[in-house]
Amino acid sequence: MKRFALPLVAFALLVVLLAAGLRLDPREVPSPLIGKSVPAFALPRLGGDGATFAPADALRGQPWLFNVWASWCTPCLQEHPLLMDLARTQRVALIGLNYKDRADDALRWLARHGDPYQATLVDADGRAAIDWGVYGVPETFVVDAAGTIRFKHVGPLTDDVLQRQVLPLLQELRR
Amino acid sequence: MNAWRALLAAALAVHLLAGAQPPREARPLADDPVVEARLVAIAAELRCLVCQNESLAESRAPLALDLRREIRERIGQGASDSEVREFLVARYGDFVLYRPPVTPRTWALWAGPFVLLAVAAAVLAAAVRRGASRGAALSPQEQRELDALLASDAPREERR
Repeated sequence: MKRFALPLVAFALLVVLLAAGLRLDPREVPSPLIGKSVPAFALPRLGGDGATFAPADALRGQPWLFNVWASWCTPCLQEHPLLMDLARTQRVALIGLNYKDRADDALRWLARHGDPYQATLVDADGRAAIDWGVYGVPETFVVDAAGTIRFKHVGPLTDDVLQRQVLPLLQELRR
Repeated sequence: MNAWRALLAAALAVHLLAGAQPPREARPLADDPVVEARLVAIAAELRCLVCQNESLAESRAPLALDLRREIRERIGQGASDSEVREFLVARYGDFVLYRPPVTPRTWALWAGPFVLLAVAAAVLAAAVRRGASRGAALSPQEQRELDALLASDAPREERR
């Protein structure tokens, strides 16, 4: 009986290791930008006159949320009510990045579902998004008052992520 | 039946002859074959983050097209291979490389299989040695049992 102890323990450890590995989602690539400064960029605003807006400069001194979305993206619609709620109840600036979309489609989408953003920037060819390490839509970033990226969420925001990670972080950043 | 087939053959012939053109060379996809060759060499070692089991060179995902465009531009601007890789790793992390860098964090990943192999070899060696030592001299009791068994074997053979 004692002979089986060591292989059994080794097997049990292996099961634990593999189970932990199976729970990880390879689609959630951890961002190397956490802790780094926001990339410097300026983009035209959606529905604007073409004048560019640079959030890194304009929003220095307050924490802000950066949400990458597109009118062709179904999960974006999933998280939209949460964003609308966030914009209404929290005093945090929400900046949208319209990713590889058409301006009239985007405007129509916002008109139809509501516009939670202080400003939506247009990234028609996706170049600015690459600087943020965006590889899918939607993605949401939390940036602190000093312009450092503190958190990234890949995929649609859920109530769980909001309550457990985003809102506590925002509270901490506002102090 | 024959009439229909004849009609079909005729229609096919007309269709094919009408569209006949001399064969042309397919237009190359890229302007600069040298840059493209470097692009493919670099991108083949990078992971496409959308279709994660494809390399950046072969993936047709929109993000892959965008990233290949970025790489092509950087090569055109004179970036070295490692600069291009750094550009992508800075934005997407080590996961974008198919060859993870050898750092303290990835030491377990690189050495793991060899360590497991060494452990397995050690266990195997120990087991073999234990088995071999057990097959050595029999105790006197075991020798007597063996003799008894051998002796009883002979009559049983004859009885058959």
